[in-house]
Amino acid sequence: MALPPYTTLGEKIWYYLFRAICGLIFLFLIMPILVVLPLSFNVEPYFTFTEGMLRFDSEAYSMRWYKDILTNGMAAPDAPMDWAWFADSWKNGQWIRAIKNSFIIGIASTLIATSLGTLAAIGLSRSEMPYKRFIMAVLISPMIVPLVITAAGMFYAFAQIQLNQTYIGVILAHVVLGTPFVIITVTATLVGFDKSLIRASNSLGAGAGTTFFKIQMPLILPGVISGALFAFITSFDEVVAIIFLASPEQRTIPRQMWSGIREQISPTILAVATLLVLLSIILLTVIELLRRRSERLRGITRT
Amino acid sequence: MPNFVEPITAADGMPLKKKLARALFRSKLRAAGLVLPLFAFILCTFVVPIFALMVQGVHNDTFYTYMPRTAAVLEDWDGSSLPSELVFATLAKELAKGKKERTVGKVATRVNRQYSGARSTFTKTARKAVKMEAPFKDAILKADKKWKRVEFWQAIKLTSETWTPAFYGAALDYELSLNEGFERKAEKERIHVKLFWRTLVISAVVMGFCLLLGYPVAYLLATLPLKTSNLLMILVLLPFWTSLLVRTTAWIAILQSQGVVNDILVWIGVTSDDSRFSLIYNMTGTVVAMTHILLPFMVLPLYSVMKTIPPSYVRAARSLGATPTLAFLKIYLPQTVPGIGAGGLLVFILAIGYYITPALVGGQSGVLISNMIAFHMKSSLNWSLAAALGGILLAGVLLLYWAYDRVVGIDNVKLG
Repeated sequence: MALPPYTTLGEKIWYYLFRAICGLIFLFLIMPILVVLPLSFNVEPYFTFTEGMLRFDSEAYSMRWYKDILTNGMAAPDAPMDWAWFADSWKNGQWIRAIKNSFIIGIASTLIATSLGTLAAIGLSRSEMPYKRFIMAVLISPMIVPLVITAAGMFYAFAQIQLNQTYIGVILAHVVLGTPFVIITVTATLVGFDKSLIRASNSLGAGAGTTFFKIQMPLILPGVISGALFAFITSFDEVVAIIFLASPEQRTIPRQMWSGIREQISPTILAVATLLVLLSIILLTVIELLRRRSERLRGITRT
Repeated sequence: MPNFVEPITAADGMPLKKKLARALFRSKLRAAGLVLPLFAFILCTFVVPIFALMVQGVHNDTFYTYMPRTAAVLEDWDGSSLPSELVFATLAKELAKGKKERTVGKVATRVNRQYSGARSTFTKTARKAVKMEAPFKDAILKADKKWKRVEFWQAIKLTSETWTPAFYGAALDYELSLNEGFERKAEKERIHVKLFWRTLVISAVVMGFCLLLGYPVAYLLATLPLKTSNLLMILVLLPFWTSLLVRTTAWIAILQSQGVVNDILVWIGVTSDDSRFSLIYNMTGTVVAMTHILLPFMVLPLYSVMKTIPPSYVRAARSLGATPTLAFLKIYLPQTVPGIGAGGLLVFILAIGYYITPALVGGQSGVLISNMIAFHMKSSLNWSLAAALGGILLAGVLLLYWAYDRVVGIDNVKLG
């Protein structure tokens, strides 16, 4: 978008000024991530840039907070790093336990949310589906209802059936919070789905199961996977339901960060944050690749 | 001419119309069958729990559960003078029973919410009630002088009723009494309405900032060539995908008094080292962090609307003599209104329910209504009040959700 020759001086100034403003807004968006990365290598136990860091003094930087992720909570953190040390870290490390919990809860809730959500999205995208709008509104509502109310409601109801402070309770909560994302992404993929393919498959003698797994599933798979990733990141990032429903035994990474910020603020949180940013970059890339693949599969060319 | 038409039949002789209707019904069933598992799941783990909690907002049977007979005899009490010996006798028996079964504390806490100071009266009297003998009226009156007050008995009668509007009243800073009905609380005890207002104001401010910052960015992304805009889009999507706690932590590092912003301000001489700005643990911190977190929710809907606006419209307006400002206000802006509505509503809905960020960076002045709900749920254990506050918040959110569905349509929500 080059400037045409007839632009006046004022317009030129505005053009560059506008870009500068946009640059500042982009800086605002990305600044937290830019600040977290270097601070996580701080040798001091503070959240601030030290003089040495600003001079790029190599002694002002260290990996000690990354090591702390492994050692925090260990029985013998200063022992030589051998198998026993890693076993100790795997068993006792507070952050390690949080990471394990996050993956257990995240993967379990993603699997359930994705299968239930995909089925529902397929049903909802059929034109015969009765009360479509209302049902859709109900199924999406966990995304809209304030998390505190959702978590408090579950806390109250789960208390009656002894589900509080169990993995099952936490996983159920995360399934609820994850399904709207699956429904939204899968429904979006199904919009471009050619329904005559199903009829063609049926007329060639395939049963409902074969048609679903051999014809429909491969085509909507990119949408399903990105829905699953959304559900996973929702669970991975979720802390309100955990605060209400989980015991220390089910602490996840966000829960550990939450108490870290409130109680003993240490740059270990920043080191974990950096790792989480890396994870989100990876997931973002995967989703973008999937989206492109899905568009290619459905024959949509980008303009 | 035949006066009737032979109905068209299918191969098996059944009328085609009936057969089609049956096929349609079956495919309806099949579609519903696919949705049913999730719908039932959401109903059981989401809708019913929230509904059950909301019921708590108007229903509290603590007193009735643990002191059913006292509650029953109090029904006949006229409420104007001290109750009869029968009431005192029942009370003494049930207090003694509550003492033995360790339930008197629950009742005491419940009454204490209606009449502060009632807790100690109940526990003290219960301790003595074990050894009480008739006449119970004198024995109880001697145990604590609060029993002589008619207002105290009125408060007990109010708590003995299982269905009560008192908690919704309390959520709106009204006090319920037996004779006068609802009355506004004293000036300095009115905290909830203020908090609701603050939540609305902060959400509106955050929405305004998101629009202010999101509009130019979305415009730039929509007008740049696709290759560049895809690259810049990463800058919007990366924060969107980054953990909420990571971003909140980062804002603490940036805004705290020894943080990046203050360091820069000191360095360029805007402020001196010992008068650094307090940018976090107050309303400023909440607004800045929430704006950052919700900005992508504004940019993405705006972008998808702006993408569909042909650039030739503005060019046509310019060639017809409109100034850039006029062309923008009259031609471009009206076409982006759906995007503004979608993004604005979404940001507002998400903002009024925010809990984590205000709790971490809000300090005293930046907490929102969600934090109060969490406090009553987890710390003060006044679940009925939490339910009443939550009920009001939920009603507001559902109203906005309905509006969002009307304006945008939920099936048009897009992610990334």
